[in-house]
Amino acid sequence: MPQLVSIAGLSVAFSGVPVLRGVDLTLEKGEALGLVGESGSGKSVTWLGALGLLPRHAQVSGSVRLEGREILGASAAELDRVRGGRIAMIFQDPASALNPVLTIRKQLCEALALHRDLQGNAVKAEARRLLDLVGIPDAARRLEAYPHEFSGGQVQRIMIAMALAGNPDLLIADEPTTALDATIQAQILELLSTVRRELGMAMVLISHDLGVVAENCDRVAVMYAGRIVEQAPSNQLFADPVHPYAQGLIGALPPLDGPRRRLVAIPGTVPDPAHMPSGCAFAPRCTLAAEPCGLAAPSLAPIAADRSVACIRAEASRRALLGVAAE
Amino acid sequence: MGRYFAIRIGRAALTIVLVVTFAFVVLRLSGDPALMILGPEAPPEVLAAFRKAWGLDDPIWFQYLDYFGAIAKGELGRSMRDGRPAIELVLERIPATLALTLPAFFFKVALGVPAGIYAALHRGSAIDRAVMMTAVAGFTVPSFVLALLLVLVFAVQLGWLPSGGQDSWRHAILPIATLSLGGAAVLARFTRSAMLEVLGQPYIRTASAKGVPWRRVVTSHALPNAAIPTVTILGFMVGTLIAGAVVVESVFAWPGVGRLLVVAVANRDLAVVQCILLLVAMTMVTSNLIVDFLYGFLDPRLRSKGAHA
Repeated sequence: MPQLVSIAGLSVAFSGVPVLRGVDLTLEKGEALGLVGESGSGKSVTWLGALGLLPRHAQVSGSVRLEGREILGASAAELDRVRGGRIAMIFQDPASALNPVLTIRKQLCEALALHRDLQGNAVKAEARRLLDLVGIPDAARRLEAYPHEFSGGQVQRIMIAMALAGNPDLLIADEPTTALDATIQAQILELLSTVRRELGMAMVLISHDLGVVAENCDRVAVMYAGRIVEQAPSNQLFADPVHPYAQGLIGALPPLDGPRRRLVAIPGTVPDPAHMPSGCAFAPRCTLAAEPCGLAAPSLAPIAADRSVACIRAEASRRALLGVAAE
Repeated sequence: MGRYFAIRIGRAALTIVLVVTFAFVVLRLSGDPALMILGPEAPPEVLAAFRKAWGLDDPIWFQYLDYFGAIAKGELGRSMRDGRPAIELVLERIPATLALTLPAFFFKVALGVPAGIYAALHRGSAIDRAVMMTAVAGFTVPSFVLALLLVLVFAVQLGWLPSGGQDSWRHAILPIATLSLGGAAVLARFTRSAMLEVLGQPYIRTASAKGVPWRRVVTSHALPNAAIPTVTILGFMVGTLIAGAVVVESVFAWPGVGRLLVVAVANRDLAVVQCILLLVAMTMVTSNLIVDFLYGFLDPRLRSKGAHA
């Protein structure tokens, strides 16, 4: 499949403090990629940075190509066409993501007018169709309502409708269900995968919920301290994580069957971006860390056809998982 | 919506009653109008006759009820100095005051709001820092200091403008400038912080993320939201149109309501002071009502809350 987006060496620093330290990521057309990691690992910053949505004091470098065309540092007019038109984004907190003083119709039609060649009544008809599509009942009347008149789950549906307005090739869903109740979460995820299937759209699902990612994504990238540490097809990552951090994340999940066991937490905390350890950022928390881990940050290296991992102890880690004595 | 306003109008009326009561009590406890107007050398029987004529030797609660009874009949009393109806004295001064405060209000808005918006959009730039420094200066320098400074430069040193009086439009320039600069500074600071607050909201990022050009993000997404807190301070400024120029009128010898108030207080000319305070309370309360109404217009969340209340 042809590449839709390829990100290379993407770095972001806020007032000189690096928060993203060289991210390489590619995305194929129609693919669903999960991006997991703890808060502050750079999941959202990767895409906000790629789309030029970070505050002005953020320094962004590297390369972000959309079908081969560089969009990092592109003109404002070009970025405005990409945002919403090629790559749309929905956010975590639906309650504050819509403008409180504008009607849903205004906000939805604004997106349609920007990216679609529609006029007059056709715009409104399309807005109604989109609301129907995302499951807002009584669309014609609800268009005239304001965001506060909807529940959190409904607002997230409206956000999805607005994201679909420009017929994007890629939807970035940044923790789309974190602020919602468990039952609503499932409905929103269901909706996302339905529209993705129907429209053949690629999706990046940013989440710290491994279960959500496992169910909805073809491939998963695990981020830690501003880097991708492991990439693999979902089923392989969950069955056989290689990076010690990925192992730790999956080890911390409660098993659905089998006897009850104590959940294993990863010791220590995420390093402060202003005082990164030299070498591998995970080494201070890693049970397998050895002397060379502190020397240089490992780069993401392929370990199989569609998998890569950034760990010099990958082999040892794998053996430890399989219960074979390390070395 | 109807109930939203019924509650507010009730509160407004209560505010006016409280202001008038407070003024009534404080004025009567703070000095004897007979002594102030007739002078300490006046013979005791003259003072006694004056007190009797104006009802000043009645018990205070009696005077208070009397006063409110008169107000209910639309009578605001007479000046103890020249016996003319207090309302007449006040009304004839209002045009002079408005001649200063209305243009000043216009300049405050015309300077302060754009400066605040510009500073917020170019946060940290040289212009932002310059606007903020000017604003802090305008905020902290008392108006009488600013007034004297302007007189020193433009009247004394340069000789371009007169330093006081009301003979021509040129006499109005310095008082208007004094009022405008301070108010514009307050408004610039307020608008800037309202704008910064709004620009940091997630819905601004949403608008950018759907491809709205930045200029449109500012005009159609940020400004309508930033207008809500800014209207509060504008309402306060409307409320000061009648009596917001007390200091400036005194410095520039401008015969407006403010100066009348200073003179009337000094003389304990009770009816005149009370009449002015009633007027001030009414403008304040009215402008607050207008602000409440504008809130309902600007913020749909309040609108529906009012409807459901």
